[in-house]
Amino acid sequence: MNEQIKIDFEKTFKTSGLSETDVNLKKKFLDKFILNGFPNRKLENWKFSDINQIIHKNIGELSFFSDYSSSNKIDTSVFIDGLEHNKIVFINGRVEKIDFSYEDDEKIKLNETSETESEIKSFNSLVDLNNAFSSKIYKISIKKDYHLKKPLVIYNTTNNKIKSKSINIRLKFELDQNSSLRLIDYNNHQSEKNFINIFYDFELKKNSILKNYKIDNDHNKNIGYSFNNINQDENSFSENFILSSGSSFFKNEINCNLNGNYSSAFVNGIISLMNDQHHEIRTSINHLVENTKSYQLIKSVLGKDSKAVYQGKIFVNSQAQKTDGYQLSKAILLDESSEFNAKPELEIYADDVKCSHGSASGSLDENSIFYLMSRGLNYRQSKELLINGFMLDVIDKITDPEVKNLVKNMIGLKE
Amino acid sequence: MREDYKMDTREKDIEKLKDYKYGFTTDIENIKAPKGLNKDVIKFISNIKKEPQWMLDFRLKAYERLKLLKEPNWQKPKYPKIDYQDLYYYSAPKSMKDKPKSLDELDPKLLETYKKLGIPLQEQARLNGIAVDAVFDSVSVATTFKGELTKHGIIFCSMSEAIQKHPELVKKYLGTVIPVTDHFFATLNSAVFTDGSFVYIPEGVKCPMELSTYFRINASETGQFERTLIIADKGSYVSYLEGCTAPMRDENQLHAANVELIALDDAEIKYSTVQNWYPGDENGKGGIYNFVTKRGLCKGKNSKISWTQVETGSAITWKYPSCILKGDNSIGEFYSIAITNNHQKADTGTKMIHLGKNTKSKIISKGISAGFSDMTYRGLVDINSKAKNSSNYTQCDSLLMGNKCGAHTVPYIKNKNFDSNIAHEATTSKISEDQLHYCQQRGLSSEEAVGLIVNGFCKEVLQQLPMEFAVEAQKLVGISLEGSVG
Repeated sequence: MNEQIKIDFEKTFKTSGLSETDVNLKKKFLDKFILNGFPNRKLENWKFSDINQIIHKNIGELSFFSDYSSSNKIDTSVFIDGLEHNKIVFINGRVEKIDFSYEDDEKIKLNETSETESEIKSFNSLVDLNNAFSSKIYKISIKKDYHLKKPLVIYNTTNNKIKSKSINIRLKFELDQNSSLRLIDYNNHQSEKNFINIFYDFELKKNSILKNYKIDNDHNKNIGYSFNNINQDENSFSENFILSSGSSFFKNEINCNLNGNYSSAFVNGIISLMNDQHHEIRTSINHLVENTKSYQLIKSVLGKDSKAVYQGKIFVNSQAQKTDGYQLSKAILLDESSEFNAKPELEIYADDVKCSHGSASGSLDENSIFYLMSRGLNYRQSKELLINGFMLDVIDKITDPEVKNLVKNMIGLKE
Repeated sequence: MREDYKMDTREKDIEKLKDYKYGFTTDIENIKAPKGLNKDVIKFISNIKKEPQWMLDFRLKAYERLKLLKEPNWQKPKYPKIDYQDLYYYSAPKSMKDKPKSLDELDPKLLETYKKLGIPLQEQARLNGIAVDAVFDSVSVATTFKGELTKHGIIFCSMSEAIQKHPELVKKYLGTVIPVTDHFFATLNSAVFTDGSFVYIPEGVKCPMELSTYFRINASETGQFERTLIIADKGSYVSYLEGCTAPMRDENQLHAANVELIALDDAEIKYSTVQNWYPGDENGKGGIYNFVTKRGLCKGKNSKISWTQVETGSAITWKYPSCILKGDNSIGEFYSIAITNNHQKADTGTKMIHLGKNTKSKIISKGISAGFSDMTYRGLVDINSKAKNSSNYTQCDSLLMGNKCGAHTVPYIKNKNFDSNIAHEATTSKISEDQLHYCQQRGLSSEEAVGLIVNGFCKEVLQQLPMEFAVEAQKLVGISLEGSVG
């Protein structure tokens, strides 16, 4: 693989138009990735899944060449109906369209940036891979006191003209004081057997609000990895919602540093799987100063041969007194062959804190099914009703009414 | 460091032994195995204990395996590297002459703790190996107990004795729960273990008393590599106590014991531990490394194994008493209190491995950390796809005192069976000011108040201890936290 990856790297950036310093920096990330390789089970964060095996089983041999020079035709049919929105469209890993037509041009700045030397220190080899192969990095800055009127949807799509098997997407966001952004990640794939690697960086300044909704709902045979790195200043708020259901394998990782007093982070997720799917959510919420708050709720519904993993960590620094941290993960196993693994972890160095977690897994309650059936529903309907109620709990946590309706429609839930 | 201190006393010991050269007929060379770990040392240990060939083969097999193993390093508390070639693996118990003659020779601090725990004078003397009046000599008390046990057909003796007298039992069960190919410390123990307890409860017998190392004749220092094997045959019951509340001092820094429990059909084993080894001084210097492997196998149907532990001592405690629930309808329980103060560190918890149908497990863990200490609960609940209709309930609570200490919870939960339920809860908090205020208002000092509240916090676990133990353990909880408030 190592020879192939070097050849693909040369090929990708020969015609990319990136400056020599940028390419050299990318080369450093590549070297680091080659040194460490894909993560394996020996790493605590990958204890429950072997990505090498998953790639091998679902894709076979990976190739890394990405063609950033020729453009793709945008298929407008994938756009979300019934919701006015701004968009950034990625096709096969290349930015094809950036559209902020609903917004005040002056309030949103779009920059092309590159990686920085300091990022090399990170210990995540998939992030290194992303940095090595992603093309131009866009940095989206929301100016002070500006609230986006419409949500921003990032379409991550592939079509069947794709040449590469690995797609790397990288974006940076900066929310200045008192600004807010609603961000929807929407995956739609026509090609199969790709490895999609997404890496977002968020800087949340004082009093800013970020709402990030990650939606992977359409069934596809791809392998996905997404890493969100969020840094939060004083009194900032971040809400992360994950709907994880479409891909063969998807791992969502969220690393959130609560650097400012009164900052808060919310992570809510639904994993709904069947037929050999395997999805994971890993969070790491770092409470670094006083009076910060975090809340996590992850619910999984697991059908035949599927497997879900939740690894959540709350870290509380010794300065972070008055921390309030909560984690809850629940899973329903519907079939003999389904599997749920959890590792809800607390690492606490301050005494005046309120931290707790809960985790429960099991089958649907037969008594509840009996109750519903005695009221005239058939077995399938009762089961469905119970599962919907189970998931609705998480969807109700979505604070944006427009998005809440959108998600409800997507998974076919009615009030 | 403690290591140096140990070296010094060892050298002195050898000097002293030389003095006895003409007075004693004991072969001086035989008193102590040469330093280091190799085949010869293992043969030496096996020889001196007059072990049969199969036992030596067992040890050598473990040693061969040990060469391939690496010391694990995933645990939270890190410790300086141990040079395994620089340790003594066998030394005979100290002679009476080396031991203190009276209580006046003991560390006054130690005496003070005895007083607080309410340990009688005779008992204090016995703990420190001072010869006591024949009437009070525990040996004579123990002899009476021994008669009672023999009447029921219960075998309770030291491991070395069992190897000689009951080789068929030892051969059949030793290493079946903790195989010689297990992890580094367990394998090390298998290669060089010196002694420990052996218990066999015959079919249908309910052991009439709590068994304890305390009553075992020849319970002289079993050393750092203890090996315990308890077998409860069909329909039997036994409750076993290990350790005692009194502070224990030992010059060996590394303790790597192995404890194996086997419960056959309808049998129940209750294993209680109170561990109060030397934790090091206020600055974290010295102290015991307590790296113990404890594992129980519920082999038969309807069997039950219950672990209860109160861990207050040792510089580093690193252990996970586990249950393998193999028999259908078997039950595993784990109750734990771990207290760390000053610079102590603990990484403890349990593993519940559900293999049989209708198996149940319960985990109650209470962790308290104070001072500069660090405490981790690490546990595994694994429900296999064949373990239909199993359930687990886990509750782990941590209490923090001060912002220089840490409390961590690392549970691994694996559910591969849709018929089974797992529930897990954990909380971390501190003692509320209101509660403290309330107690102080009613005339308790802040330390007494903390003791009271902590005891309440631990109640669920303390209740599981046998009566005699529970009272002492309660006091111990208070004493362990001394100096951590205010």
